[in-house]
Amino acid sequence: MIYGELGASHTRRTVTGMARLLKALRLDGMLLSGLAAVSLFGLFVLFSAAGDNTALWFSQLARIGIGFALMVVLAQVPDHFLRMFAPAAYAAGLVLLAAVAVAGDIGKGAQRWLDLGVIRFQPAEILKLAVPMICAWYLHQRPLPPALRDVVVVLLVIVVPVGLIAEQPDLGTALLVAAAGIIVLVLAGLPWTWVFGGAAVFGAAVPVIWHFLHDYQRQRVLTLLDPESDALGAGYHIIQSQIAIGSGGVFGKGWMNGSQAQLEFLPERSTDFIFAVIGEELGLLGLVALLAGYLFIVGRGVYMSLQCRDAYARLLAGSIALTFFVYACVNAGMVMGLLPVVGVPLPLVSYGGTSFVTLMAGFGILMSLHSSRKLVG
Amino acid sequence: MRRRDGEIEFDALQFRGRARFLAAALTVVSLVLVGRAVQLQVLDREFIERQADKRHARTAPIIAHRGAIQDRFGEPLAASSPVESVWVNPPEFAEAGEGIPKLARALGINRQWLEQRVTSNLDREFLYVERHVDPVRKEAVRKLTLPGVYFQREYKRFYPNAEVTGHLLGFTSLDEEGQEGLELAFDRTLKGVNGEKRVLQDGRGRVIQNVEVVQAPSQGQDLVTSIDLRVQYLAYRELKAAMRQHRARAGTVIVLDVATGEVLAMVNQPAFNPNDRGQYEVARYRNRAVTDIFEPGSSIKPFVVAAALASGRYRANTTIDATPFRVGTLTVRDKHDLGTIDVGQVLARSSNVGMAKIALSLDRSHIHSTLRALGFGEVTASGFPGESAGLLTGAGTWRPVNVATISYGYGLSVTPLQLAQAYATIGAFGVHRPVTFRRVDGPVAGERVLPASVARDLIGLLEEAVTPAGTGSKAAVAGYRVAGKTGTAWKAVSGGYSTDRYLSVFAGVVPATAPRLAVVVMVDEPQGSLYYGGDVAAPVFSAVTSGALRLMTVAPDDLARVTPLAAAEEGL
Repeated sequence: MIYGELGASHTRRTVTGMARLLKALRLDGMLLSGLAAVSLFGLFVLFSAAGDNTALWFSQLARIGIGFALMVVLAQVPDHFLRMFAPAAYAAGLVLLAAVAVAGDIGKGAQRWLDLGVIRFQPAEILKLAVPMICAWYLHQRPLPPALRDVVVVLLVIVVPVGLIAEQPDLGTALLVAAAGIIVLVLAGLPWTWVFGGAAVFGAAVPVIWHFLHDYQRQRVLTLLDPESDALGAGYHIIQSQIAIGSGGVFGKGWMNGSQAQLEFLPERSTDFIFAVIGEELGLLGLVALLAGYLFIVGRGVYMSLQCRDAYARLLAGSIALTFFVYACVNAGMVMGLLPVVGVPLPLVSYGGTSFVTLMAGFGILMSLHSSRKLVG
Repeated sequence: MRRRDGEIEFDALQFRGRARFLAAALTVVSLVLVGRAVQLQVLDREFIERQADKRHARTAPIIAHRGAIQDRFGEPLAASSPVESVWVNPPEFAEAGEGIPKLARALGINRQWLEQRVTSNLDREFLYVERHVDPVRKEAVRKLTLPGVYFQREYKRFYPNAEVTGHLLGFTSLDEEGQEGLELAFDRTLKGVNGEKRVLQDGRGRVIQNVEVVQAPSQGQDLVTSIDLRVQYLAYRELKAAMRQHRARAGTVIVLDVATGEVLAMVNQPAFNPNDRGQYEVARYRNRAVTDIFEPGSSIKPFVVAAALASGRYRANTTIDATPFRVGTLTVRDKHDLGTIDVGQVLARSSNVGMAKIALSLDRSHIHSTLRALGFGEVTASGFPGESAGLLTGAGTWRPVNVATISYGYGLSVTPLQLAQAYATIGAFGVHRPVTFRRVDGPVAGERVLPASVARDLIGLLEEAVTPAGTGSKAAVAGYRVAGKTGTAWKAVSGGYSTDRYLSVFAGVVPATAPRLAVVVMVDEPQGSLYYGGDVAAPVFSAVTSGALRLMTVAPDDLARVTPLAAAEEGL
């Protein structure tokens, strides 16, 4: 405090004051800045994508508030409590998934929603966090790298909810949940031979998987290979979004000026295809800025996971950070025509409450795990 | 916890490597994404922009306004007024559910029909439901604010004079293309050329913004016709009255301007209302004045007499023995044996025997060429769609019996318009002028086909036919001298001529001293005791002509006969 007494600037004192506040709230300043920046960017874009529908924009604003609040709350939860809570969360998620299968609402042709009277939500969202939590919980009490038996157990733990979600059908979420669990396995030291062997087996199983896909899912894959084959039907989304992005050029057509987006050519422009709105209106620069924002968040998340004090914390934190980036890549890949169309929202940007809140809950957990590291030392 | 500290350390190292590897892998993936963005936004940009333009922009027609049709004084005969047509985007409309019964009720159309039409066109984005909707129903539909229901501004052709000008004007299709009559004849003038504009459209095909006019439309031009609507109304009214009175099958009146060849009026019965196309009957839609041919009977006689006078072998007072005689197998006779009469009497009393005698004494080809020169056997210059040429065989094929019958109007066919044109040529003292439906300003140079003296003599003879002693006495017009000829033709039926189906004709020119109008009245199959042209057609001629002459303020040339009326008026 000598510097302070000798007359350090007022600004410096404010900064250190802010740092103290963040520390007291167990929040990571850099991660928080990254999340806030991307969220604000998302609000900015959504204002254009929503068009006349300002109610939608305010609704998203409210959800962002809820999301950040939840993050702060979860950051206060001690990590050992989160660890104890893992099996319960997993079990609750499975029960709710089963409940959806029996009594869920149908929205857009899939049975994903559970109406609890007060709120409607997708239980699959819970699994996005519960699956990596249970995997990390299971593995952290086993010798690492995991033995074959443990790998099989973890895979089973992953497959059950993923199967239920895929049945809804919601292939996008199923893949993300699976990715979250598998990332935990890989982080835990799954031998490379198994990783690549698994990938090879998966590749070989593609024809079998193809057999189990729904017609519309097969259509999406075929569409990816040749969108023009059904330009007004299945290929419509992909063609329109690629045109939107491509016509944006390097600098974009300007905020609120995207003809594809504003003239309603682009479907789902405020939700799953908002990436195309960014590409059209803000151009290559907008896309690169967004990806840079994501990379920053992931980089910080991974760095934080490295500092965690035990295997559970490291595995879960690493999985949360990396899965976040998988979301972004799947959505961007889908919108740019590199991946089949699966319903994965663009993290922190797409309109849609559950997705945003779940992500922020994950980052809350990440911050809690990170802050807890020094308590034991 | 069963694990030892050493293991934890190992885990941390292991974890560090794994996390870094995955982070690196995802960074590579993000580079791939950036690469894809560069490919789309930089490398393929031009191609994609064209694709975008194709979707956002399209050219839309700017409908050229169809020109109006006016009478010679600018009175509207046909005009296009803006109307709304109702169309739907079938998928959007069907999705809304209960829209079909509401729309059907508002438009007053069949619900099942609408439902069937919408559901069978779900793959389309544009479907007319009802075209040319009146403002009341349009407003009712607009108030429903149904999704997927739209309006399109179109033009509807309106004919303010309805039946009166029905045959003359014809009509247009829903898309305003001329289909019949003058609408078809002058379609190119009226239609104009549609322009083009580039518009920005949204994902549902709705026009959002007009970007630029690519090609301005060239608006259709108004057509000023030769028709005098007042005379047209008069002719319509008189013909219709006569039709009622005589319970006739059909009828035609044509009024030509002798000096210009303009058609001042042309009406037919039965008529139709072009504004209401609900009940389409081909028979009603035909403009009989130009499409139908008939054997002219006695109304052809003046032209054969003209040939006789022009030959120099006959004069008005040349006498002819009109006792019945045989030509080949045919015995030519009149109603009564008229004995020896002069050429004037032949016309005034309409002697077939006299005509046959005259014709047989002439060179056949001279008769033929005279008839051709007067316009028989070929379509007129009117340009009216579907006009018939009539039937006039070559003189080489005429045997004596043909020459005889042609002289009194059998064995050749004419249209009412051809007949009117020929009388107009006589009225113009032998100058043939092309018939036209467009207003003509200034004098029209014609072609002389008869010596003026012949035409003058003929007009003098035709005046006699309208005197109280002639067959056409009922065609007389107070204050004007009338030159004309009756005709009562048996109608040809299969195997010969009907004895109870007639065509009553009166054709003439007025005023006789300096003819202004040539008028033809034709009544087809009058029923009842009166069927002679002099009894059926002549009164119509008189009524139409006297009205037209007064409307056109033509100076009377027979003041002697109006004197009693003038005196009576002074007496009041």
